[in-house]
Amino acid sequence: MKIKSSTMDKVFVTCNTIFLVLFVTITVYPVLNTVAISFNDGIDAVRGGIHLWPRIFTLSNYKTVLNQQNIITGAIVSVARTVLGTIFALVTNALLAYVISRKRFLFRSQLSLFWVITMYVNGGMIPTLVLYRNLNLTNTFWVYVIPGMISAFNVLVLRTYMEGLPSALEESAMIDGANDFTIFTRIISPLCKPVYATVALFVAVGHWNSWFDAMLYNRMNAQYTTLQYELMKLLSSVMQQSGSATTGGNTAAAAVTPVTVRAAATVVTMLPIILLYPFLQRYFVSGMTIGSVKE
Amino acid sequence: MKNPSKRITWKEISRQKFLMVCAAIFFVYGIVFYYVPLAGWVMAFQNYKPKDGFFSQFVGLEKFKFLFSDEVFLRDIRNTLAMGVLNLVTTFLMAIIFAILLNEVRNMFGKKLVQTISYLPHFLSWIIVTGILHDALSSSGIVNELLVNLGILDSPINFFANPSYFWPIVAFANVWKETGWNAIVYLAAITSIDPSLYEAATLDGAGRWGKIWHVTLPGIKSTIMILLIMNVGNVLNAGFEVQYLLGNGLVKSVSETIDIYTLTWGISQNDYSLGTAAGIFKSVVAIILILGANWIAKRAGEDRLF
Repeated sequence: MKIKSSTMDKVFVTCNTIFLVLFVTITVYPVLNTVAISFNDGIDAVRGGIHLWPRIFTLSNYKTVLNQQNIITGAIVSVARTVLGTIFALVTNALLAYVISRKRFLFRSQLSLFWVITMYVNGGMIPTLVLYRNLNLTNTFWVYVIPGMISAFNVLVLRTYMEGLPSALEESAMIDGANDFTIFTRIISPLCKPVYATVALFVAVGHWNSWFDAMLYNRMNAQYTTLQYELMKLLSSVMQQSGSATTGGNTAAAAVTPVTVRAAATVVTMLPIILLYPFLQRYFVSGMTIGSVKE
Repeated sequence: MKNPSKRITWKEISRQKFLMVCAAIFFVYGIVFYYVPLAGWVMAFQNYKPKDGFFSQFVGLEKFKFLFSDEVFLRDIRNTLAMGVLNLVTTFLMAIIFAILLNEVRNMFGKKLVQTISYLPHFLSWIIVTGILHDALSSSGIVNELLVNLGILDSPINFFANPSYFWPIVAFANVWKETGWNAIVYLAAITSIDPSLYEAATLDGAGRWGKIWHVTLPGIKSTIMILLIMNVGNVLNAGFEVQYLLGNGLVKSVSETIDIYTLTWGISQNDYSLGTAAGIFKSVVAIILILGANWIAKRAGEDRLF
C-alpha cells in the first residue's frame, strides 16, 4: 500500500516536471528565437533553421532600425508618453482614491458609484473619437496622456490599500490641525509607496505597449506616432509578404521589410520591459493580489 | 441618512473644502471623458454628419436594421463569440491547471523561477506577441520544422493562409500570453487553504491526485466562480488586437470581429452612425452577459460580484 502510493507519487512528480519544463520552453523559446533572428543576416534567415543562435552574425539589422527616423521619433514619443502619462495618472488616481476612501466625506458613495459605472459601460470607439476631435485632442501628443488618465480599476486598488491603513493616523493629524492636503501628501502617500509603485508600473507598461490610440488619433502625424505603432507597420509589411506568397505574384509591389529587420525592431521594443522585469516583477504580483481582494 | 454625523451642513462642507474641490474636478473630468461619449450613442439613431453635429438628421432604427440585415455583421458576431468563448475556456482551464501543478512543486527555487518566467509574456504588447508568433509559425519557423522532421507533414504549410487554423492560433496566442498571469490569483487562493485539510486528507490515505481533487479544487472554487463571472462579461472584448494584427485577406471570413467591423465602417468608411450602432450592440450584450452570469452564480449559491 505504502510502496504503491510512493510510486504513484514518483510518476506524478515526473509528469509534472515534464509538463512544466515544456511550458517554460514554449514560453521562452520563441522570444530567444526572435533575438537570434535579429542578429542574423537577412538573406540567409529566409532559409530558416535558425534556433537559439544566429548562423551568420551581423549587426546590420539593428543599424537599419536605428537609422530609421520614424523609429527614433516613435521611441521618443513612447518614452515621453510613458513618463508623463504615468506621473499624471498616479497623481490623479491617488488623489481620487484618497477622496473616496475618507469615511467622513459627504459624497463618498455617490462619487464611488459614479466611477465604478465607468468600468462597465463606455461610449465605444466612434463616440470617443468624435469627442476627442471636438476637443481638438486628435493630432496632438496630449491625446495619449489626458483622456485615459483615470482608471476606475486602479482607483479601487489604491482605495482598498488606503482603507487598510489605521484611521488613528488621520485622526491624530487632524487634532494637530492638519488639513486634507497635508494628510494626503505627508501621511497617507508615504505609507502607500508599495501600492503606488504597483499602479505606476501597470500604467507605465500600458503606455509603453499601446499602439491603437496612435493609429486612431495620430495616424496622419508621423511626429506623434509611438514605437509600437511603427513596429506594427513593419509587422504588417511582413504579414503581407506571407499572405501574397500563397496567392501568387504581386510580391514586388511594395518594398517589403526583411524578417530580420522586423525582429530587430521587436527586440528594441521589448528590451526595456525585459531589462526591468526581473527587478520589478514582485510589484506586479503584489498589485494583482491587492486587486483581487474584494471590498 | 442613518448616520447623524453625515448630515449635510455648511459647517461640514467648509471643513471638507479640499475633498469637495477634488471631487468636483474629478466629477467634471468623468462627465467629459466617460459620460459624454455615452451621450454620443444618439449618433446611432441619426445619419450623423460632422458638419451638422448633434443636430444631424434623425433616422430612428434604420442603422440597426442595416446592421442585422448585413451578412458581414452577422458573420462578425459569430466570429467574436466563437473566439471569445474559445479563448475564455482555453485560458481559464490552462491557468487553473498550471496553478495547481506549479503548487505541487516542492523545490522552492524551481517554483519561483517557473512562475517568474510564466508571466513575462503578459507584459509584452500584442504587436510583439503576434510578431514572435509569426516567426514561429512561418514556413521556415520552428513549428513547421518540427512537424516536417517528425514526419507529420511532408512540406511546410502556411498557417496564416488557412481559415481553419485561425481560431486555434488566436486561442493559443492568448494561452501563451496570459496563462502565467491568470494563474497568480489561483496560486494566491491555494496558499490560503487551511493546511490541516491536507493533513486530514493524507491520514485518510489520499495521494497527490486525491488531495488536488478533494482539497485544492474545492478550496479555489469561489475564486474560480468570481473570475468566471468577470470574464464572461469580457467575452466580446476578447477579440480585437490579435485578430487585427494576424488577420489577412485570406482568412477574413473567420478573423473579423465586431470591433474590426466598427473600425472598417466608422473610421475607413466614415459612417460614424453605423460604427456607433455596432458599438452599442456590443456594450449591451456585454452588460446582459455579466448580469446573466451574476444571476446564475447567485442562483447556484456561489459568490458573486454584485
